[in-house]
Amino acid sequence: MSDLLTIADKTYQSRLIIGTGKYKDFNETRDAIETSGAEMVTVAIRRTNIGQNADEENLLDYIPPEKYTILPNTAGCYTAEEAVRCCKLARELLDGHDLVKLEVLGDQKTLYPNIPHTLKAAQALVDDGFKVMVYTNDDPIVAKELEAMGCVAVMPLGSLIGSGLGILNPHYIQLIKEDANVPIIVDAGVGTASDAAFAMELGCDGVLLNSAIAHAGNPVLMASAMRKAIEAGRESFLAGRMPRKAYASASSPLEGISR
Amino acid sequence: MNLTVNGDTLTLDGNTITDLVAQLGLTGRRLAVEVNREIIPKSQHGDVALNEGDVVEIVHAIGGG
Repeated sequence: MSDLLTIADKTYQSRLIIGTGKYKDFNETRDAIETSGAEMVTVAIRRTNIGQNADEENLLDYIPPEKYTILPNTAGCYTAEEAVRCCKLARELLDGHDLVKLEVLGDQKTLYPNIPHTLKAAQALVDDGFKVMVYTNDDPIVAKELEAMGCVAVMPLGSLIGSGLGILNPHYIQLIKEDANVPIIVDAGVGTASDAAFAMELGCDGVLLNSAIAHAGNPVLMASAMRKAIEAGRESFLAGRMPRKAYASASSPLEGISR
Repeated sequence: MNLTVNGDTLTLDGNTITDLVAQLGLTGRRLAVEVNREIIPKSQHGDVALNEGDVVEIVHAIGGG
C-alpha cells in the first residue's frame, strides 16, 4: 500500500521525524536514526567552539544531508527576531536549504511555545521564502492561523518538550487534524512507543520526537520500537477502529453449545 | 586586527573571513558566518575584508530536537 507523507512537495516513506540531541555520541545518534527508519532529522544551530578541538567531529558527517532531510530548528529562541535570524543562519549553513522547524519558546520551565512570537516569526519566514514546519500548542485556532499563513506543516505538542508525558489533549489534537489541509505532526511529549502509536491513531500525519529515543534505556532498541509503533498506529488509523460499546459482545457463536 | 568572535576577543593575522576560518583550524567545515549581524555567503568568504572591532559569529549544526 502506498501511503506516503508529503511535506513541502517532497515525499517520505517514514512518518517519524527524529531529533539528534541528547545521545551518548554520534555513533549512537546515527544507529538510532538508521534503525528508526526516519528520513528527516532535526538539528540545532549553535556557535562553533573556538580555539579548542579543531578536530572535533561534525554531526553532519554522521547524518549526511545527501541521505537525510535536515530540519534545522530554532530551539532556544525566545523571540521572533532570534528565531528568524537562526533560520537564516541555517539556510546559509545548509547551502540554501529552506525547510526549517520554527519554535519560539515562552519560558525555560515549560518550553511552551510563545504564540504571538511564533505567529510573527512564521509570517516573516514565509515571506522570506522559507518552508516552515511550526511547533505550536494544541489550540485549533492557532493551528488554522499558521496554516493560513503558509506554513507547510503544523506541529502541536503532545505535552511539554522532553517531559515524556504523552498526548495529554487528544481531543484538541483531533480537532486540529480534522480541519487541516497541511500535515499535522505531533511534536514533543511522546514518551514511549504506545504514545507514538496513539498519536498516529488520532489521525496525525507524523510524529517528531527526540528524548523518547535518546533517553531510553536502550536508544537503538527504542528506535526500532518507535518505527513499529508509527507504522502500527498509522495502519490502525487507516483500518478504522471498531466502535466502542458499553457492554460485552461475544466473539464466539452463542448457538450449538453442548450442554 | 582585533575581532570579537563568538563572544571572545581574537587577534586575526589576515584580512578575510577565509583567513579567520583558517586561523581557527576550521577550513572545510560546514559553517555559517555572520559579520556585524549580516550573513556573509560562503562564496564571499575570500572577498569580504574584516575590519577592526568587527563582531563575528560562526555557527554549525549540532544535535537538537
